[in-house]
Amino acid sequence: MIKVTPVNIKTWARLGQRGAFFGIAIPEIAAEKENLKLLTADLAILSGMDRFIKSYPEKYLNVGIAEQNMIGIAAGLAMEGDCVFATTYSSFIAVRSLEHVRQHLSHLQCNVKLVGSSAGVIAAKSGVSHWAIEDIAFMRALPNLTVLSAADSFEAVKMAEYAAGNDKPVYIRLSGGLNSPIVYKEDYDFKAGKLVKLRDGRKIAVIATGLMVSESLKAADILSEQGIECSVFNMHTIKPIDREGLDKIFCKYDMIITVEEHNVLGGMGSAVAEYKAVKYTAPPQVFIGFQDTFTTAGSQRYVWEQAGITDAQIARKIYTEWKEYHD
Amino acid sequence: MNIDTSEENVKRLAEMSKRMRLAGLDMALASGNNGSHLGGSFSSIEILSVLYGEVMKYNVKNPLDPNRDRFIPSKNHCVLAHIPALAEAGYITYEETLEFQKDGGRLTGYPQRQEIGLEYSGGSLGMAVSVGIGIALSAREKKKTSQIYILMGDGELNEGSVWEAFMSAAHYKLDNLTVIIDRNHLSYDDNTEKIMAIENLADKMNSFNWFVSKCDGHSVKDLLEAFSEHEDKKPHIVIADTVKGKGVSFIENRPEWHHHSITKKQYEQAREEVMGGAEQ
Repeated sequence: MIKVTPVNIKTWARLGQRGAFFGIAIPEIAAEKENLKLLTADLAILSGMDRFIKSYPEKYLNVGIAEQNMIGIAAGLAMEGDCVFATTYSSFIAVRSLEHVRQHLSHLQCNVKLVGSSAGVIAAKSGVSHWAIEDIAFMRALPNLTVLSAADSFEAVKMAEYAAGNDKPVYIRLSGGLNSPIVYKEDYDFKAGKLVKLRDGRKIAVIATGLMVSESLKAADILSEQGIECSVFNMHTIKPIDREGLDKIFCKYDMIITVEEHNVLGGMGSAVAEYKAVKYTAPPQVFIGFQDTFTTAGSQRYVWEQAGITDAQIARKIYTEWKEYHD
Repeated sequence: MNIDTSEENVKRLAEMSKRMRLAGLDMALASGNNGSHLGGSFSSIEILSVLYGEVMKYNVKNPLDPNRDRFIPSKNHCVLAHIPALAEAGYITYEETLEFQKDGGRLTGYPQRQEIGLEYSGGSLGMAVSVGIGIALSAREKKKTSQIYILMGDGELNEGSVWEAFMSAAHYKLDNLTVIIDRNHLSYDDNTEKIMAIENLADKMNSFNWFVSKCDGHSVKDLLEAFSEHEDKKPHIVIADTVKGKGVSFIENRPEWHHHSITKKQYEQAREEVMGGAEQ
């Protein structure tokens, strides 16, 4: 069992989602899970795997810079009974090796947990090759795959425990770098497939995923000062989507805002819209995210500003849309 | 590994190959206008008869026996050789092979994993070696006696991920892994050397630190001898020189027969040629 204390939560936040996942959660889980294997494509040090490698050299495999081969090997190990975590950058694991993922995780349903790190644009300065703003769309289109997206380091730890606890293929989207903002300050019960309400408001429901959860919470604070109270939900499970939770939201709210560090085509917002489309009456939806375009490179904040997904921009967009709708 | 290279055994496996070719033709005819992969299946017949008839150990009554040898077809379009081999092994009956490509049937154009000796669902080329490496690593770790056999086409060596896999199999010193290249010299469009040259393959694999055997892929005796060879701490590659569509004159070496339907008349002629085929 992974020990949850206020100090630990702060430490994990400092390590970031990826560091907490591979530096804390996976070594702890491996202590109790005989058949766990950890594979990487030359991203062990950056992912904070030192402790795992020292403790469990026999459970660890670094396949070199060969993402497709990594997924195939992971599938072979899983076919023989292992629970395999395979990781590299989201941009590579969800795109470069997509056909291997489709064949082996989606079709054959091998027990492989795909962990894509640096999702979104934390590698903002590197340029587009290292961004992942399409991975949700690709992974979500694959039958049998569960798609998770962590809001903070603590949730990343919870997702590691969840994924290790079943024998199904899972994609886990880890965003951001070191010093991940804290969304969950104390222990909670992580339920895959269930929307989590983090802030209570009226009439406007903001549904966010990944780093946009904390950004949306800040946006809600800004709007509150302007007299608009939004509810904020964390959609950590993008697939299977929480139909029950969405039904309640569609009934209760006048406007839905989806916010993601991802292309608005095919992402979390699309998933919400697809479900909403079959409802006779449902509120309108505003899609906040990358508007089907790459922006110029720069700092993470700079790129977020280009895409219009900073807290202030989210607040402004909601304010404008709400006024237009309401007046 | 005890492999019987005696004359009687060679004769037995040649007879088995002949039955498999006939069954392959029956399946091809049964698939009607849809067509099937006759060319690349018939180049693989002897490779599969030798593997299923002599080299591999498996238990039909316990298809998931942990110590079974694994056959993973990377060129999963060898179906008209593979399914007849499973019938010879006793996983299914020859009658059941005629379910091939029927609506909702078990036997799809590219076989799908199921407990009739089908270990893998593939079709898209170049992917299975990586899977075989995962299985071989696991077998070694768990001290299983299993040998892993992967059948590849030559055309699929154009795929880049194949070379990632070759590099890693040697790196992990997987001497429980054997890749067989069905070197029939043709991909879908034309001669492999014309489309995208593969040669010198043996040199390439040597330089990748594999243990390389070359043989006539239609000589049962040659294949038996190639499978008897082994070098510790190296993965083994058997480059089997073959003829695409082997055994039927109008199919042999014809790229258009990569995937093609067969008429009743062609079927009769092909059957006659296979029946009269020379003894090995």
